[in-house]
Amino acid sequence: MALSFAISEFVQQITSIRAGDDLLLSGTLFTARDAAHKRLAQLIADKQLLPLELANTVIYYCGPAPARPGDAVGPCGPTTSTRMDPYTPLLLSQGVRATIGKGKRSASITDACRTYQAVYCVATGGVAALLSRKVKRSEIVAFADLGPEAIWRLEVVDFPVTVALDSQGNDLFRASEAGH
Amino acid sequence: MRTIPAAEITETVARLCQQANYLLPQDVRAALTKALHKEESPRAREILTQISDNAHVAQERSIALCQDTGIAEIFLNLGQDVHIEGDLLQDAVNKGVALGYTMGYLRTSIVADPLDRVNTNDNTPAQLTIAIVPGDRLEIVVLPKGGGTENASALRMFPPSAGWPAIVEFVLETVREKGINSCPPLVVGVGIGGSFSAVGKLAKTALFRPVGSAPADGAYAARERELLDAVNALGIGPMGLGGRTTALAVHIAHAPCHIACLPVAIAMHCHSLRRMTETI
Repeated sequence: MALSFAISEFVQQITSIRAGDDLLLSGTLFTARDAAHKRLAQLIADKQLLPLELANTVIYYCGPAPARPGDAVGPCGPTTSTRMDPYTPLLLSQGVRATIGKGKRSASITDACRTYQAVYCVATGGVAALLSRKVKRSEIVAFADLGPEAIWRLEVVDFPVTVALDSQGNDLFRASEAGH
Repeated sequence: MRTIPAAEITETVARLCQQANYLLPQDVRAALTKALHKEESPRAREILTQISDNAHVAQERSIALCQDTGIAEIFLNLGQDVHIEGDLLQDAVNKGVALGYTMGYLRTSIVADPLDRVNTNDNTPAQLTIAIVPGDRLEIVVLPKGGGTENASALRMFPPSAGWPAIVEFVLETVREKGINSCPPLVVGVGIGGSFSAVGKLAKTALFRPVGSAPADGAYAARERELLDAVNALGIGPMGLGGRTTALAVHIAHAPCHIACLPVAIAMHCHSLRRMTETI
């Protein structure tokens, strides 16, 4: 049975969330993928002002397809998370509380989730049309010149995810392998 | 000799790019339904149900199945009695890709330079493969290939002595290490033979065959079954969260090769095996 959470509530209760929990999230997600991560990391390194406040945010690894007129957003499934691994500890250190993507991550992310009290969730890959129906509003908030790699704000309702890494060092993928 | 106007090729490619991205082929749907019957784990069943619901939503609304609408892999089987009038063939194809992607609300995912990484904004250029075949028709196959599964694909040159056991190990190692990030349940295309440059293409063409079909050669049919059973015994399951269905199918395509070589390539594909064919 999935647990429903407002995202504001979810980030407050992050340390009680466990790997294996199925969640339905409602609230604001910010998309970022490869190119946006590279830019954010550069801005942080240069001590520049960021185009969005990262504290208490949830980052969704996603580059949506264009929306048809009248649709809130285009198809928007998760991309492979491990490509963001080099940047993730830095973003968690800036206050990001959760990341959403697909697939396994490197061991450094298990450690970073523990250090910064954050979680990593997975959404089902390749079901972008279905997930787009969970988004009620969307807008570009930064890096519009990156096209599909811009940062979008998505207002979601009952967005389905499963917790893969929690803040206590538990790993759903490892548990699933051991179970087999 | 038959004349085909280049404009007709452009229109057809544009339409196929859209249809391939909106419609999950029937053979893939049937394989997913079969997988759902086999799975017992609630999580695996939930994921397979989402995949099937997704295909309905995408078809009903004419929107992309996956936000990664891929690099446009286009294979042309061109009859040698065809004369193309108008644009150069590859220009006609690229115009079709640009039109299909920009008019069809498909994501443009191609950068012009692999290091500068500036988006071309129309998903061109296509990856184009042309084969000359008998006759006066043109068959166009469009396979939008996602980046995640490209990154999980692999190529290795074995010595001939390594033989079949090395190929089995290579496939299992690749699926074990990279399968989770390729949106399982997978379809695994395996190319064996040819040359370094040919074997990758060979592996991709293995993905064209209907999922669930067996190759004509009985020895290869048995090898495909052996690989599929071994891959599914890994227990990776849908989206890597455990289950019986790590792959829907393993397809092998093979070709003659050099006496010193045993080229092997693995074209990893996700559950969304999108491909569309039309003959002009």
